[in-house]
Amino acid sequence: MSGWDKFVDTFFNAKVMWKYLPDILSGMVVTIELALLIVVTGLAAGLALALLRSLAIRPLNWLIIFVVDLFRSLPPLVVIVLMYFGLPYAGPAPSGFVSTWLSLAFVLMAFSEEIFWAGITSIPKGQWEASRSTGLSFGQTLFSVVLPQAFRLTIPPLTNRTIAITKGTALGTVVAVTEILGQASSAMSNSYNPSPLMMGAAAYVILFLPVVIAARWIETKFAWKR
Amino acid sequence: MIEAFFNVGIMVAALPIVLTGLWNTILLSLIVVPLGLIGGLILALLASVKSPLVRWPLMAWVDFFRAFPPLVLLILLFAGLPFAGLELGGFACVAIAFFLNTGSYYGEIFRAGIESVPGGQVEAARSTGLSRLQAMRYVVLPQAVRNVMPDLLSNTLEVVKLTSLGSVVAVPELLYEARQAQSITYNPTPIVMAAVIYFLLLWPLVRLLSRLENRALAGRR
Repeated sequence: MSGWDKFVDTFFNAKVMWKYLPDILSGMVVTIELALLIVVTGLAAGLALALLRSLAIRPLNWLIIFVVDLFRSLPPLVVIVLMYFGLPYAGPAPSGFVSTWLSLAFVLMAFSEEIFWAGITSIPKGQWEASRSTGLSFGQTLFSVVLPQAFRLTIPPLTNRTIAITKGTALGTVVAVTEILGQASSAMSNSYNPSPLMMGAAAYVILFLPVVIAARWIETKFAWKR
Repeated sequence: MIEAFFNVGIMVAALPIVLTGLWNTILLSLIVVPLGLIGGLILALLASVKSPLVRWPLMAWVDFFRAFPPLVLLILLFAGLPFAGLELGGFACVAIAFFLNTGSYYGEIFRAGIESVPGGQVEAARSTGLSRLQAMRYVVLPQAVRNVMPDLLSNTLEVVKLTSLGSVVAVPELLYEARQAQSITYNPTPIVMAAVIYFLLLWPLVRLLSRLENRALAGRR
């Protein structure tokens, strides 16, 4: 067998690939589920915290800032490991899927709160005063005047951060989540062949490359005017 | 609750192990951050060549590594390469994976910085007799770096946090050592210790960053 044939046989073995294709596909489904859950809950929680912070209740704001700083400084893998291996000692034993979901959602919440908050504070105070003086309530001002402008500013940093954190679904492997990397790794040790790992790598590119390219487009479309 | 997560006896016993891990995390960061910066600088300098033959492959390269989870890259190097007869060990794999992954992120930041320096400055520098490289080195880069300092710091924070991935390929950094201590003592206190150490280590940087970011966004209005 020539060197090239041997390489193909090792890394792109058609028989092995065909056998483990269903595993990789089911891993993709889990990754997509996990990613969607993280994005929806993380961003919603981040926006909710930013809105709470705009009420300017001092002790509450200190608490929000502390939680945000905490999840910005802890590595996501540490949060996942702590939740999965630590929490059971205190009672509740979340599954690997739930641990990964909650951990990454907390991390995304922290980062998105910072970005939403920066967007809200970037709207000049005069606009608040002007809309309040026309008879709009606090809520109306927030939702019809401030947030629409703030969102525009926040979209480029928000998309980047969301992608970076969503890629973290691969960390779920460490706590036995059967997402792409987990499926690929176990298929590799069962077949003693790295082809499933190559498939897993391809699956990530298929899932995330379009998102990265879309983000690049969004970034130029919503770019800050200098 | 205190018994499980803040067990003093176990803290004392695990402290030497956890501190070894902390020391290794610091060493690892001191190696992978410069590696990423060098990788990023190479990419950004290549991107300043205005030929589409250079630009497009470069953009594809950067987008590829932005789309690819760093853990997958790490596992690919650590568990895949031995099948090709190349066994690198956990540490070398972490170094290569970080060079590729974080280099792409740093590269995007440096590129934005270089583009933020007006073209007239290069022309002026060139007309005083500086070579292209000298103009880049003495005129463009110092300003570019200053303009994107918050982004550089923010990425560096992410890189330091990312060194925790080393635990998956048995690099004895903070998280790895804490998990070792946990499995010896059957108690999660060492992991809590590691989390507290990460927080104390990185909190000042997070505070600084959120002030810089708020100022940047307010200035852009």
